[in-house]
This record gives sequence, structure tokens and C-alpha cells, in this order.
Amino acid sequence: MVWDWIPRNTDLIVRLLGVHTVLALVPVVVGLVIAVPVGWLASRSTGLRSVLIPAASVLYTIPSLAVFIVLPAILGTQILDPLNVVVALTIYTVALLVRSVADALAAVPALVVAAATAMGYRPGKRFVSVELPLAVPVLVAGLRVAAVSNISLVSVGALIGVGGLGQLFTEGYQRDFPTEIITGIVLIVALALVVDGLLVLAGRVVTPWARVAA
Amino acid sequence: MIEFRGVTKRFADGTVAVDGLDLTVESGRITVFVGPSGCGKTTSLRMINRMIEPSSGTITVEGRDVMAGDPADLRRGIGYVIQQAGLFPHKTIRDNIATVPLLLGWKKPQARARAEELMEIVGLGPEMAGRYPAQLSGGQQQRVGVARALAADPPVLLMDEPFSAVDPVVRENLQDELLRLQEDLGKTIVFVTHDIDEAVKLGDKVAVFRTGGHLAQYASPAELLARPADDFVDGFVGRDRGYRTLGFLEQDVPLGALTPVRVGATAGDGWTLVVDGEDRPIGWVSSQGVVEEAAIIPGGTLHPAGSGSLRSALDSALSSPSGQGVAVDDGGRVAGSISADAVLAALAASREAA
Repeated sequence: MVWDWIPRNTDLIVRLLGVHTVLALVPVVVGLVIAVPVGWLASRSTGLRSVLIPAASVLYTIPSLAVFIVLPAILGTQILDPLNVVVALTIYTVALLVRSVADALAAVPALVVAAATAMGYRPGKRFVSVELPLAVPVLVAGLRVAAVSNISLVSVGALIGVGGLGQLFTEGYQRDFPTEIITGIVLIVALALVVDGLLVLAGRVVTPWARVAA
Repeated sequence: MIEFRGVTKRFADGTVAVDGLDLTVESGRITVFVGPSGCGKTTSLRMINRMIEPSSGTITVEGRDVMAGDPADLRRGIGYVIQQAGLFPHKTIRDNIATVPLLLGWKKPQARARAEELMEIVGLGPEMAGRYPAQLSGGQQQRVGVARALAADPPVLLMDEPFSAVDPVVRENLQDELLRLQEDLGKTIVFVTHDIDEAVKLGDKVAVFRTGGHLAQYASPAELLARPADDFVDGFVGRDRGYRTLGFLEQDVPLGALTPVRVGATAGDGWTLVVDGEDRPIGWVSSQGVVEEAAIIPGGTLHPAGSGSLRSALDSALSSPSGQGVAVDDGGRVAGSISADAVLAALAASREAA
């Protein structure tokens, strides 16, 4: 380890950390927004579920590097455009979360939904005020997997020149300089742990009812 | 008033849940739908607030066809208590109860104040307002369910096997309280149960459904027990219906004399009733001599003199170790004895009078 490399390159490291965080988490947010209605559709009908859930699983098996390279052709973006990474990771997030959302909504007790209907909730408001809040615990579990998976996948983007902290890997490897590689690994793991912890905390804050003793 | 006119419900798979139902639910009364599972009682209830839509026929609530207009608006005007309470686990007790007022557009403080008022009416302490349903017992959750249904003061209340998930003691409590509430509120209540005893206890009128969605009999509980329309109803109301019919006969039973003694006094031969310092019965002793507390055998049920039914009179005699029932006055003091023969004689007299 060449320890003093770190303070000399603080600016670079902080900038890459920021880029990495944005590239990983923007897709989580966008993916969630897309996955909620799709998952809702899957939870509504067994027919749609039998199409949407396997489709989402197949989507997740496509290698990330292939997606990074194919996307510019489809989107008409430059190969170095960070949008490629964001779109690719959004696809993975949707693939992961559709199942979570569908399972979470299916787990809401039918009796509670029936009670909401009988009280006079219209379907839209019932979804927002009753079904979605009750789906949050299962949803948070899905979000944690998606966020951590994205944080790790962003570094693959370094191979096409957009990879946040992954850039430390490619550079360190080319220069045969382990300090840079280790710094990258440690920061990615730390970022994953922090984001995961924040999601757990946020989940607890929005579901006070789930923590009360029965 | 709720009217079913030729209502049939055929589900997509071809099952007929309700078949040509004609029935009028009277305003301000408790009407119980009872029957075995698959008899269409719950389906009939759920058609009133359009949770299920009829295949043919019409249902009107206060003269208005339930199929006209918006179902959500209809439901906000009809209280609904669902099985196992069906509370929203993510809302506090206060917010659960305030649900319908908020849907109706009340201001939040107003809706919450109304919720707290209802908590008091159904016997829930104010300290529970901020708790979540999981923190309450089954019986308390049921009370919240009833409060939630009453929040917007709807004229009609639908209750779908509301007390089936709680233990028998709590259930009896909740039933008593529903009757007490109903005395003040005078709602039009439709109550679904599979328990004939619950039906007979709560109903001003009872509709017995048979499998296949047919109405087998629609009558007052006393009439149902005394004159079942057919073998199905007879079998459904059960073996003890003769005995239970006595519960609807409020008839004076001539009381016999009793010479009770107190602890420490001397009892005569045979069974002697022991009373406390205020003449309230404690139990019986069966041997001659000075009455010792340890020798007292607990007594049977007590019959309230002047206000009880023949059922409570007969039960007091049958349950007493001495074979003599004890009638008490309003203060719980001994008023006299009751023999089973006297009850049967009173029953014979009431038959002749009828």
C-alpha cells in the first residue's frame, strides 16, 4: 500500500465516489417508479404474472457488459454517455423489483383490502393509502438487493469508460498499482453498506406499525 | 328499510349463491342472516353495499337502488364490520376509526375528535388512540371495527360474522354491548352469522338460509324456535329448541317459601339455603347443625323475580344442588324458591291462555 497516494488524490476519489453513487442510485429511484405499476399489474392477474415475472427474470440474466455496449445502438447515445449505465441499471432494477412489488402486493391480506373497499375507498386511493404502505416491508427488502447490486454493477461500466469508482480498478490494473485497486474495493463495499443501512433505517421510519409488539 | 326483490347471484363458475331472494329488512332493527356455509348469507349481505353485484333482481336501501350511482359513495353511507375486524395494520386506532369521515372530506381534527368520541362509546380507553391494531386483543380490535363502521353515523350497519374469531366469553360480552349500543342508536343492522344461538340472541328477526341460496324461514326468534317452517330449519335451530323457547316466555312463576340461615346459625334437616348479612344467597348446606363456611355447597343460577324468563326460572331449579331454584329481587336478596314443577305448571298455563 502506498498510503500517501490517497490524500494526494482526494479530489479524484471524492468525485468518483459521487459519480458512482449517482450512477447506482438514480436507477434505483427510476426503476422503483417503473416497477410499482408493472408489479401491480402482475399482482392483479395470474395471466399477466405468468408473463411479467419470467420476463423480468430473463432480463436480469443478460450480462451487464453486453447491455452497456448494445444500448448506445438502441438509444442513439455515445458509447461514453453515462446515460447508458443509468438505463442499463434501471433495467436491472426493474427486473429485480417487479417480482418484489408483485409479491409484496400479493401479501397484503385480502381481508384488509376488502375492508378498505367496503369503507368506500376507490381503487386508486386504496392502492396509495392501504395496499402500497402495507407492501413497504417486502418492498424495502427488494430495494436493498437492487441498490447493492447496482453499486457493484456500476464498476463494470469502467470497462466502457463510465464506471465511477470502477475507474480506480481499470487504472490501477493498467499501472500495476494495487493501492488504487484496494481503495476502490473498500469504498464500493463501504458505499454498499451505508446505502443498505440507510434503506433499512428509512424502511423502519416509514413503517412504525411493523415494529410494535403483538 | 332494505328490500331484496327477486335477487339472484350466479357466479362466473356457475354456482348459484343466492336464488330468487325476496326479503325486507326493517328499519331500526337487527336482522340476522343465519345458515350453514354456502347458503348465500354472506353473499346476500355483500350485495347490499355492492361488494358483490346481483346477477338479477333489485336491492334497495331506503328506496334507492344500490346499482344506481357510484359504489364508493354508496359504501361510505353504509357501515361495515368485517370478519376478524379487518383493521388497517398500518394506521393507528384513531386513524382507523376516522377512515370514513376522512373519505367523506371531513377536516382531520374533526375526524379525529369524532374517532375519540366513538372510542368512548364502544368502551375503549383514550390511551389506545395512538396504538396500532397489533397491540390490541381480539376483542378490542372488534370494538375498533364497530367504531370504524359507526364513525360517519350511517343509518345502516352491515356486520359480517364480526364476532366469530374471538373466544366465547369475549363474544358474549361483545354481543351484550352491541345490544346495549343498538338501544341508543337504533340503526338498521344486518348481521351475518353461522351460529344460531348468536342469531336468536341478537336478532329482532332471523332469516334462515339453506344451502343453494334459498330463504328457508324469516321470523322472530321466538317463532323460529316454536314453529320451525320445515325439517331443515328444525334441524338447524337444534336439539334444545324446546328449552330455548322458554327464554322468550316472560311469565310469572309462583315462588315458594324459603327459610334461609346465616353462617354460624343452626340449620334444620335436609337442604338449607345460606345467605350473607344482606340476605343474598351464598350456597346450600345439606346437613343438620351449626352452619360452617367450609360446608357450603355453591348454589345454582339465580332467577330475577318478576323480570326473568321461564328459561332462567327452570334453569335455576335444575342447576341448584337442592333441586330448588332461588329467585332474587333487584337488590340480589332472596325472594323465594322455584321448583321445576312450578315452572312447568306456569308453562302449561301460558299454553292454555294462548
